[in-house]
Amino acid sequence: MRLRTGLAWGGLAAALCLPLALATASPLMQWRGPVYVTGCLAGIAALSLLLLQPLLASNRMPGLSPRQARRLHRLGGAVLAGAVGLHVGGLWITSPPDMIDALLFAAPAAFSLWGVLAFWLLAAAVILAALRHRAGLRSRRWHSRLACAAAGGSIVHAMLVQGLMEPVSKTLLCLCVAAAGAGLLRRRRASRAERPPAPEGAGPRRRRREP
Amino acid sequence: MFRPAPTRRHLLTAAGASVLAAGLPGLVRPARAAGLAPTPSMRGGSNNYRPGAPVVARIGGGGFRMSGRVRRAGDGAPLEGIRIQIWAHTTEGHERDPASHGATLTRADGSFEMDMPQIVPAFGQPHGHLAYDGGAFRTVFLRPVMRDRDAAALSADFVLQPA
Repeated sequence: MRLRTGLAWGGLAAALCLPLALATASPLMQWRGPVYVTGCLAGIAALSLLLLQPLLASNRMPGLSPRQARRLHRLGGAVLAGAVGLHVGGLWITSPPDMIDALLFAAPAAFSLWGVLAFWLLAAAVILAALRHRAGLRSRRWHSRLACAAAGGSIVHAMLVQGLMEPVSKTLLCLCVAAAGAGLLRRRRASRAERPPAPEGAGPRRRRREP
Repeated sequence: MFRPAPTRRHLLTAAGASVLAAGLPGLVRPARAAGLAPTPSMRGGSNNYRPGAPVVARIGGGGFRMSGRVRRAGDGAPLEGIRIQIWAHTTEGHERDPASHGATLTRADGSFEMDMPQIVPAFGQPHGHLAYDGGAFRTVFLRPVMRDRDAAALSADFVLQPA
């Protein structure tokens, strides 16, 4: 059991850290200033966190109580939001006109559109997570869907960009992110199907669909 | 509310319709009788442009060749003495750096050439920028992308329309 836990966490740590480490060895590093490099590496870190988040959300990592997994997921979400902020901010300082084009969906390159789409989807997912309780929503369904859509957009974005990331590690990381997101959605659907339908009028708000 | 899941037939019909919608206008556009059409500006072409960048023999240490031809719209006549500004993110500096910019003038056959440092991928693509912004013709900004990021040359042609 302990071996399984160690292997799972070791594998995850490698999947999260290797792409980042390989990116810092990219020859392109030498021709980029510190702000630009920070922006690039923050984007790679954000992509890595998109692998961690669904695993924590469905408590797939061994050795964590549901409560610990939830807290780590929340912390991961905050770090992810910060990383995306650094990514956009770093690129904005490096070349304002390119970022203005990107945010207005007027950029020449397709990866930019995917990146900005993922940015807004992720922002919506984060805002929803932060306000869910205040808004009286019990369902996590839309948070998961938005976050997984953001992950999908990020994968296309990352695969089309010719940047610091080493191509093989980038592809593997993207495959892992896609598998983790798809697995989360599938499990959520299965757990909904197992639950017996709530009787009409039951529950605080007569919602037909429960989480 | 019951909503049927889209079937393969739905998806194929939708895909076919969008292909037709996207392709038909291009197919039925009448041939241009006026001859050579002017080059439109490319998206993002003017980013980090510096008005009035000086004419230089070479940008930085050189080693990479940016070239092209400038012709007049309609009759395709080569244009001589046209000032083309060139800039890019290279091994020697960022696109925004003044030292990354330089201008050159076209020869009698409309061709131009600039020796500049190696272009490296920046903002996701290895690309260069070129601008024509004189008074006699309409302004054009180009942003060609290199197919091979290790290539040591890139070219872009202008067809200018009198202002």
